[in-house]
Amino acid sequence: MTEDSTRGWKILTLLGEDRPGIVANVTQVLFGAGAELGEASMMRLGDQFAIMMMVRHAGDPVEIMGLLESLKKDLNLKVHIDEVETALHRHQDADVVISVHGADRPGIVAQVTQALADVGFNILDLRSDVAGTTDKPIYIMQIEGKARNGLDSIQRALASLPKDIEVVLHPIDMLRG
Amino acid sequence: MAKLDIILYPDERLKTECEPVEHFDAELKEFAEHLAETCASGPGAVGIAAPQVGLLKRVCIVDATKARRPVENHGHLILVNPEITAWDGYAVGREGCLSVPDYTGNVIRAEKIRLKAQDIHGKSLEFEMKGFEARIAQHELDHLNGILFLDRLVSRKADLFRRKK
Repeated sequence: MTEDSTRGWKILTLLGEDRPGIVANVTQVLFGAGAELGEASMMRLGDQFAIMMMVRHAGDPVEIMGLLESLKKDLNLKVHIDEVETALHRHQDADVVISVHGADRPGIVAQVTQALADVGFNILDLRSDVAGTTDKPIYIMQIEGKARNGLDSIQRALASLPKDIEVVLHPIDMLRG
Repeated sequence: MAKLDIILYPDERLKTECEPVEHFDAELKEFAEHLAETCASGPGAVGIAAPQVGLLKRVCIVDATKARRPVENHGHLILVNPEITAWDGYAVGREGCLSVPDYTGNVIRAEKIRLKAQDIHGKSLEFEMKGFEARIAQHELDHLNGILFLDRLVSRKADLFRRKK
């Protein structure tokens, strides 16, 4: 990593039908062009592959798009780049995990996250899935974050949610040694 | 007492198995004091092992009294030549390390352990530990065997908690 690891990062977003080798192909091209990668996170949404990664390259966004042009066509990817002010080493530790589940219906995410936002909770990680069967779908969501105003406030906020949503809260006892 | 420098991964010393302590002398006592001071000044640290300050000897500190939420504990422990003699149950928990700044991850550890060790005078000690204190002891003993929590990471998606209650 170069001296000033805080500057020059862009966020690259790729989206396309999932298939083996997308990450390898894309990162080979970037590596070959002298780009650096920082943090990255990949997910599958439906049958779509999606990844966002911190990329640093001497060129401007147009130049990076140019590097990926042929892959974009071959793999039928949507590519997007944002210039942002960000840096490495900005991790924050979550102190609570909130697990949510229930029969799927509109509004679960909105209701849960609004209750959390109202007490100053900062979401650091959120994953959710629709599982079960087509005619009886269930919604499952895991949220990690920081309870800036204490666990009790979170507990109270969640207790006021509609009863069809089951919510379990666990503090994270982080060990550093 | 003095605070010692903490060595950081990927330093090879963190991947080296440590030697047993044979001499319970003034030098050991002094080192243990420095190690305790270093642990106390590490942000949020609940333990530390000798190799983290570059001494490849089987000495570590386990201090569950420093847990953010109070947990069952045996106090501030300086353990020499510690050895786990029994394990029971397992749980996933979130760990970080003074030698691996800016990263935390999920690790599976035994829920309960029996641990034998010596104190800094060479006297035999034996503890039954559970939960957070048992987790600290396992993390620190790993250091004495050249193992980091990075070697034991499980998926971020791994359920952090047992389904109990």
